[in-house]
Amino acid sequence: MKPKIAFYWCASCGGCEEAVVDLDEALLDVADAVEIVFWPVALDFKVKDLAAMPPGSILASFINGAIRNSEQREMVRLLRARSQVVVAFGICAQLGGIPGLANLSDAKGIFAEVYRDGVTPQTLYRENGHTLTLPEFFDTVAALDEVIDVDYYVPGCPPTPNLIRDAVSTLLGAELPPKGAVLAPDKALCEQCPRKDTRPEKLLLKEFKRVHQIVPDLQTCLLAQGLVCLGAATRAGCDARCIRGNMPCTGCFGPTSRVRDFGAKALSAVASVVDCNEQSVIAQIMDTLPDPVGTFYRYSLPSSLLGRRRME
Amino acid sequence: MEITRTVTIEPVTRLEGHGRIEIFLDSQGSVERAYFQVPELRGFEKFAQGRPAEDMPQITSRICGVCPTAHHMASTKALDALYQVTPPPAARKIRELVYSAFFVEDHALHFYFLGGPDFVVGPQAPASERNVLGVIAKVGIETGRKVIAMRRKLRELMALAAGKAAHPVFGLPGGVSKPLTVEDAARFREVADEAVDFACFTMDVFEKIVLGNSGYVNLILSDTFTHRTYYMGLVDENNHVNFYDGAIRVVAPDGHQWARFEPGEFLNHVAEHTEPWTYMKFCYLKELGWKGFSEGEDSGVYSVAPLARLNVADGMATPLAHQAYLKFHGTLGGRPVHHTLANHWARVVEMLYAAERMRELANDPELTDPTVRVLPTAIPCEGVGVVEAPRGTLVHHYRTDPRGIITGANLIVATQNNAARISMSVEKAAKKLITGGQVPDGILNMVEMAFRAYDPCLGCATHSLPGSMPLSVQVRDAAGAPLVVLRRDSHGTVRRE
Repeated sequence: MKPKIAFYWCASCGGCEEAVVDLDEALLDVADAVEIVFWPVALDFKVKDLAAMPPGSILASFINGAIRNSEQREMVRLLRARSQVVVAFGICAQLGGIPGLANLSDAKGIFAEVYRDGVTPQTLYRENGHTLTLPEFFDTVAALDEVIDVDYYVPGCPPTPNLIRDAVSTLLGAELPPKGAVLAPDKALCEQCPRKDTRPEKLLLKEFKRVHQIVPDLQTCLLAQGLVCLGAATRAGCDARCIRGNMPCTGCFGPTSRVRDFGAKALSAVASVVDCNEQSVIAQIMDTLPDPVGTFYRYSLPSSLLGRRRME
Repeated sequence: MEITRTVTIEPVTRLEGHGRIEIFLDSQGSVERAYFQVPELRGFEKFAQGRPAEDMPQITSRICGVCPTAHHMASTKALDALYQVTPPPAARKIRELVYSAFFVEDHALHFYFLGGPDFVVGPQAPASERNVLGVIAKVGIETGRKVIAMRRKLRELMALAAGKAAHPVFGLPGGVSKPLTVEDAARFREVADEAVDFACFTMDVFEKIVLGNSGYVNLILSDTFTHRTYYMGLVDENNHVNFYDGAIRVVAPDGHQWARFEPGEFLNHVAEHTEPWTYMKFCYLKELGWKGFSEGEDSGVYSVAPLARLNVADGMATPLAHQAYLKFHGTLGGRPVHHTLANHWARVVEMLYAAERMRELANDPELTDPTVRVLPTAIPCEGVGVVEAPRGTLVHHYRTDPRGIITGANLIVATQNNAARISMSVEKAAKKLITGGQVPDGILNMVEMAFRAYDPCLGCATHSLPGSMPLSVQVRDAAGAPLVVLRRDSHGTVRRE
């Protein structure tokens, strides 16, 4: 009997599903090696069937997206109960991702911004005797492991086909990695960067540049050119796709295993190139970074030590 | 005793997450009202605030991993407007080249994997065959390989120019992040030629299988799938379809030009309506006002996407696509065409245009000019960017402080423009199909066909795997107890529980 696999999405964009389809022909090999028992985007939405399955009958559930509402929380709890292994797939499930930036506000703040004509969606609404329900929209976005126990992580926004292929074969292999492992190279992106030889041994900067302010050359280390490139703090595995596109790393693969808080590590890596020891000048230089939270915690706010903005 | 029943279809669709349809029956068992619900929200408009404007093309692409290129492009164009900067010719061409490649890929996938099965295999075909495998069986395994290979090649090219295919990174105010090399351009030319052949081949498939079958043509023309609404889309200076740039043209249900305006004026013409039972907002034409889910001249409801684009345009800007455009309107009784299912045909016409446009741009000597940036110097304040996403008009509107930090963002996505009409289409199909409290198995596919024609941005529900859309229909009594459950499994088999 083939091992059973499930896929599910929460607060996400569908890019993780596209990444699976980007396996191209290899997708057929994966589909051949496993039995996909649950994948709402592609297969029947068998919540009832899933609920009826014995605990642990699914080998692995790949869950992408952050947890944003009550329906997602219920679904991942159900999947956890039915699965031997849960994989947080993609950066939103791993660390909260870009939807996690919503933790800079809350449900009330978001509703006030989005719904401006005096009407707000209701979790329970009656109209002409018709009862309609909607899931509850939480104040706080959570990474997957804040809601259920998670065994492994596949990083990226989205993960690359190579990582996905390797992750699946690892899980189908005889020996499972230690619990909590991130299934990607455990080194910094800088080590894989095509421009790494152009990074000065001692890199010092007097100001940072925003991407629209300069035309960086195509060969030199982007941080050395003044752009905030987070390759030093970010886990490798992406093949430096953004840098090959002549744009700096924004950290979508999260940290290596030695780092608890990605944003703090990224901030420290960037701050270490500030060429000054005087407090007021340092402040001036750091002022050339207009959005520290959005820059350093773009993909990881919910899972960070900060978590969210303080509730009013 | 009143026998009010609720029919729940879940999941059906996704804009931000899943979709749901709730159908309420009256005491005679006829459909009283159907609701198309989007049960999720992520709040991008709120957390955009405080972010540097130049980060928006990458942040907003995460709204949708299926059409990230559309968000990236609308956002980048909003930055051009914000900083009042015009990209150099090569940069503009690189953007449109990537965008054309993206359109071929996205439209092809819809045709072969999603909409195609309804027609190529047939709406009455056994459900187990009504999927991409059935399409392949009908048109041949070679075609299946061709589709996969075409998708791969187009996405490789998008990554080559834009950094990544999913969530591109190349858009900057005043240009793109890197020039194309002579070798890159050669590769684009090679694949563009293949794309044109592929689009012609796809049109042949459509004509042979769909137009050659009077039953299908009658279905397209049937009242079940028809709504007389306004239509909206981008047009160039000749009023031809354009995906990347132009003016917004609106035509009335009788086909006359009702409005034509610059993208920056979008919000003077369109407003959003909120219903308490869904997280998605409904767009309508401001001047006409929100009159509920109704069609006709007096209702502000309008439609976008391929059919709408062909309805607002006087023609296509490339020769093969223009021939196809003439045939489309000639066959369907002239502009505007109100038949929702004609979206499938319109999509193939557009695929042909996108491929031809890709070929034109790939052969443009200016494409490899190394100057691809103009550095902005203006103090930013407000900017609007509009493109045609595969699923319709997409608007990004930003306000910033003088440092270029976002203070307000309004994003109107394609499916939102279509939301009211999709709701109406679903309700109409339900009303036609459900009488006397009977919920026939066929409702699954017919209701699906009503919304699938729009290719609503379902994330990848509709863009990923071979197989039919997963569906379950639950019929409950007034107390909420399930009476009947209809399920369609991954093999397309429908069963009653």
